[in-house]
Amino acid sequence: MSTATARAGRTSAAAALRSGSKTKRHYGTHIFLAVMAVMWLIPLGWSLYTALRPVASTNQYGYFSFAGSFNFDNFAQAWTQGGFATYFWNSVIITVPAVLLTLFLASLMAFAVSRVSWRFNITLLIMFTAGNLLPPQVLAAPLFEMAKHFQVPYSFSDSGNMLNTYIVVIAVNTAFQMGFCTFVLSNYMKALSADLTEAALVDGAGIWRQYREIIMPLCRPAFAALGTLQVIFIYNDYFWPLIFIQSGNRLPITTAINNLQGEFLSNYNLLAAGAVITVIPTLVIYLLLQRQFVAGLTLGSSKG
Amino acid sequence: MSSTAQELIPPEAREPGGGRIRRSKGGRVRRLTGRDKVVLSLMVGIPTLIELCLVWLPTLMSVGLSFSRWNGLDLADIRPAGTDNYQYITQDYPPFWPAVQHNLLWLLFLALIATPLGLLLAVLLDQNIRGSKIYQSIFFAPVMLSLALIGIIWQLFYQRDNGLLNFLLGTAGTPRAVDWFGDSSVNIWAAMIAATWRHAGYVMLLYLAGLKGVDPSLKEAAAIDGANSVQTFFRVVFPAMRPINIVIVVITIIESLRAFDVVYVINRGTNGLEMLSALVIQNLVGEGQVIGVGSALAVVLLVISLVPIVFYLSRTFGKENRA
Repeated sequence: MSTATARAGRTSAAAALRSGSKTKRHYGTHIFLAVMAVMWLIPLGWSLYTALRPVASTNQYGYFSFAGSFNFDNFAQAWTQGGFATYFWNSVIITVPAVLLTLFLASLMAFAVSRVSWRFNITLLIMFTAGNLLPPQVLAAPLFEMAKHFQVPYSFSDSGNMLNTYIVVIAVNTAFQMGFCTFVLSNYMKALSADLTEAALVDGAGIWRQYREIIMPLCRPAFAALGTLQVIFIYNDYFWPLIFIQSGNRLPITTAINNLQGEFLSNYNLLAAGAVITVIPTLVIYLLLQRQFVAGLTLGSSKG
Repeated sequence: MSSTAQELIPPEAREPGGGRIRRSKGGRVRRLTGRDKVVLSLMVGIPTLIELCLVWLPTLMSVGLSFSRWNGLDLADIRPAGTDNYQYITQDYPPFWPAVQHNLLWLLFLALIATPLGLLLAVLLDQNIRGSKIYQSIFFAPVMLSLALIGIIWQLFYQRDNGLLNFLLGTAGTPRAVDWFGDSSVNIWAAMIAATWRHAGYVMLLYLAGLKGVDPSLKEAAAIDGANSVQTFFRVVFPAMRPINIVIVVITIIESLRAFDVVYVINRGTNGLEMLSALVIQNLVGEGQVIGVGSALAVVLLVISLVPIVFYLSRTFGKENRA
C-alpha cells in the first residue's frame, strides 16, 4: 500500500504537468465520444419518451412522432395498477437487512483474518472470495430444496417451509455477497497500521474493543463505498427472488418488472413507465453517491 | 488507482511510516486471553458457518445430485444414477450444445468487442478532454441498472412494430421488420449488444482507475525514446496495468458464464437464446422437475467457472502464501 501512496503523489504531480502541456484539440475524439454517448443514451431516452406519452397519442400518431400530449399519466397508472408501492416495499424489506447483515458479518470475518495472525486465515479468505465468484445458478437447486424441506410452523410461513419468505432471500443474498465484502474489507484493514491495535493491547483492550472502538471507526470510508455498492447489487438482484418467492405480491421490484411485461400486454407506454420507475432509485443513488459507488467497484479490483 | 479509490486507503497507511505495516507480521506477540479466544472464534465461526451452509454445501450437493435421479419431492426418492445425467445432456438433450456455443459466443463477444470498447473509452477519457466527467457518467449509467431491467429497456427499443430500431432502419410496419429479441437467428446478437451496453461501461470504469495508476514517467520515457502514442500504449501502458488486466479477464469470463438475467427476461433462454445458466433453471423450475439433469448442467457450469476462479485466486493470494 505504501507504493500506492507514492504512486498517487507522482500521479497528481504528473497530472498537473499534463494539463498544462495539453493544448491539442481533440476533434476526432470528441466526435467519436459524442456519437457513442448519443448511442448510449438512446435506449434509456426512448423508454422515457415512450413513458411520457399517453397511449392515446401513440395510437393516433404512432410511436415515431412528436405529436400529441406529454404527461405523467402512465407513471401514475403503472404505480397504481402495477402494484409498484408493494414491490418497492418488498425491495426495501430485502435490501436493508441484507446489506446491514452482509457488512456486519464481513467486518467480523475481515477483522479476524486481517488483524490477528493465525493458521487458517488465508485459507478461509480464499474460501470466502471464491464463493462470491461462483455462478449463482450452480447453487440454486440445492438451496431451493433446502428451503423447501426446511419445515417451519404455518404461523411463521404460510408455505409451511422457508420458500416464499423474505428471510431465505435475505440469508442467501447475505451469504453470497459476504465473500466479496470480506475480501475488500480485509485488504482495507490489513493496510491499517498494526501499532494501532498493539497499543490498545498493551492498554489491556480485548479483541472486541479493538474491533469496535479502533478498527470500525477507521473503516467508515470503506463501509460507505461497500454499502452503496451492496444496496445497488441487492436491489438489482433478479435471481434469488425468482427462485425462492412464488407469490407475485411478495416479489421485489427487479424481479416483478418481468411480470409486468405480461400484465401490460402491448401497452408499451405503461411498460416503459414501469421501467423508468424502477430505474429511479438507482439513479438517485447514482447521482448522490456516485463517488462511493465508483470507489466500491474499484476497491474490489485495485488489489489483484 | 483512481483518485476516489485513493481516498479509501486508510489514513494510517497514508502516513510516511506506512512501511512499518509489514514488520508486525513476525514481531507480533500473542497475548490472547480466554475471553478473546471466545470472541474471535465467534467472529470467525458465524460468518464461516453461513458461508459453508449457504454457499459451499449447496455447491457440493449440486455435484452429488448430478449423479442421482430425483423429482425433487421426497428425499427418500433420491436414486443413484451414475453418469446417466451427463450422458443425457451431452447426447440426447438438444439445447445443450447450442447453449455451450452461445456461452462461448457471449464470451468472445464480450472479450473482443465489449471489453476493448470499454478500454478505448477509458483511454480517450483519460486524456483530460473537455466534458470527460459527463461522458464518463453517460457511459457508466447502464452499470447501475440490473440486467433484467436492461432486457426490458432494450425490448422497447428492439420490438418489431413499435421499436425504435426498426423505425431507424426504415423497416417498421413493413414485412421486413425484424423482431430482434424474438427471431432466433438474430436474438443472441441483439442480447449481446444489450449486455455490451452495460459491460463496456464497467470495463471503462476499471481501466480509468488503472490508467491513473500507471506511472507517467513510463510514458515520458517511451516518448523520449521516440515511441508514438499507439506504441507507448501497447508496449508500455497496457502491460503496466497487469493487475487490472487480470481482474478484467476474470470479470469478462465470469460475466459470460453468468449471463442469465437478460436471456431469462427475454424468453427464459429458449429459441435461439439457450445459455447454460438458463438451462439449469429450466430443469429445476416448471413442471417436470429433473433435479439430476439440472444439477449435471450446474456442474458443467461450475467446472468451467472454476478455471477463471482458480486463475484469479492464485494470482491474488499466491504472493501472500509465499510471504
